[in-house]
Amino acid sequence: MLDSPLTKDTSSSAASHPVLDFQDISLAYASKGHTTTVLDRVSFAVERSQFVSIVGPSGCGKTSLLRMVSGLLPVQQGTLNFQGSPINGSLHSVGIAFQNPVLLPWRNTLQNVLLPLEVVQPHKQHFRQKLTEYKQAARELLATVGLDNFQKHYPWQLSGGMKQRASLCRALIHQPEVLLLDEPFGALDAFTREDMWEMMQALRQRTQCTAMLVTHDLREALYLSDVVYVMSPRPSKIVLELPVDLPRPRTMEMTFTDEFHHLYDRLRRHIRH
Amino acid sequence: MTTITPTQAKSSTDRTAWQQFLSSSAATYVLPTGAIALCLVLWEIAVQLFGIPEFVLPAPSSIFAIIGQWSGVVWQNSLVTLQTTLIGFAIALVAGLLLGFLIGYSKVAYTTLYPILVGFNTIPKVAIVPLLAIWFGIGTIPAVVTAFLLAFFTIAVNVSLGLATVEPEMRDVLKSLGASQFEIFQKVGFPHSLPYLFASLKIAISQAFIGSVISETVASNKGIGYVIVSATATFDIDLAFLCLFALGLMGIALYAICAAIEQRTVHWIR
Repeated sequence: MLDSPLTKDTSSSAASHPVLDFQDISLAYASKGHTTTVLDRVSFAVERSQFVSIVGPSGCGKTSLLRMVSGLLPVQQGTLNFQGSPINGSLHSVGIAFQNPVLLPWRNTLQNVLLPLEVVQPHKQHFRQKLTEYKQAARELLATVGLDNFQKHYPWQLSGGMKQRASLCRALIHQPEVLLLDEPFGALDAFTREDMWEMMQALRQRTQCTAMLVTHDLREALYLSDVVYVMSPRPSKIVLELPVDLPRPRTMEMTFTDEFHHLYDRLRRHIRH
Repeated sequence: MTTITPTQAKSSTDRTAWQQFLSSSAATYVLPTGAIALCLVLWEIAVQLFGIPEFVLPAPSSIFAIIGQWSGVVWQNSLVTLQTTLIGFAIALVAGLLLGFLIGYSKVAYTTLYPILVGFNTIPKVAIVPLLAIWFGIGTIPAVVTAFLLAFFTIAVNVSLGLATVEPEMRDVLKSLGASQFEIFQKVGFPHSLPYLFASLKIAISQAFIGSVISETVASNKGIGYVIVSATATFDIDLAFLCLFALGLMGIALYAICAAIEQRTVHWIR
């Protein structure tokens, strides 16, 4: 865990509720006179400290689910509860990482990681006084992902994988309740991607936050998740809930086992285009 | 097997020395200066060789010969032109920034104002100067206004482009953290538009300069533009050319200053 300025109160009364509760979530949009139903009464819950992946064909509304949690997309139909109460507007305790790392090019790595603390309450108020502590916390996160020697580098000086690692640190620095990952490793080459899985696992072990990952990579979903949800093509429903009971910490060797292959086959067979 | 003969070796070292020079910062001064010197020499030879009369095209030597006599006049009027240019440019900077932020952020403002701006920008400003002279009298004000009118469009368009091209995900990162519109502007929109702003400044300063000189030639009694008109009216072509040289030097200096500011401030652009 990080040091004192960033530790949070976990003794809240909301602890009995799931962190995220999707109940009958539907989503439709109208274009050229006819409506397209994207999500059709999707229901599932994410427990505290769980790592959940959502896989499915393109356009099945996986990303829309993440955007609802982050408050970027209003919930049209159904209920989406965060720790027992509905989400309206943006959740301050969300960390988000996209396929595009979108680091701010005018900030160096350390300054990029510190960005959420300049915006999110209560850190925002104390940003100047606690800057030294915040910087220390950011450095520790960067060290976890092997970027301790790149704090003063600017994004143009970093490789794609390094940028993505910095982007993950930025998503975690304010100790969010929920980490939202929208295909964060999709643009990386296969070997870098596997390194990122290990690093992601190390980061999670450190912060214990709840995580929701959207991905097209089934091995990635299995490697990282406690539960994988498979969605059907539009109008999308959840067609499979697959608990992944592999022991933690997971290793690359595990991905070569029969057990892993068996899980992979089950996932693959449920995905239709 | 290939063997390297002494001559081959020599030519290859020569080539690297030349390439080294080309990539050095000295080359950026030496080469243009050399080119200018060469042009002046060719010009001098052409005038002498073809016997071109002085009231059509004076030789560089006769232009340089009058420097002593006219340097005071040229210097004072250059300062006047410089001053009007900078005042017009400063106003254009403030107005361009505000307008750029407005049309960059507001879809309504963009849709409403952009066609008007484009239409206005295509009117040759020299056509407006006589009107400005009627409204403000002859002198500094029409020149400042013309400089402003020529420069502000470039700044406004570039700044709005800088805001409009922010990646949606960059905004999303801040929105998901609960940032206010102002915070998003402060942390993302404003810094993102800076490279666009600074790239526009070196163009805008040249435009402001053109604007003030145009106005001086039509509606003024001082400034380099005015001196050129007076000099050509009396067939003092030497002086007119000396003024043109002064304008060229000032233009390069203003551009270089803006380019230097750009390099210092937007170091992250590669």
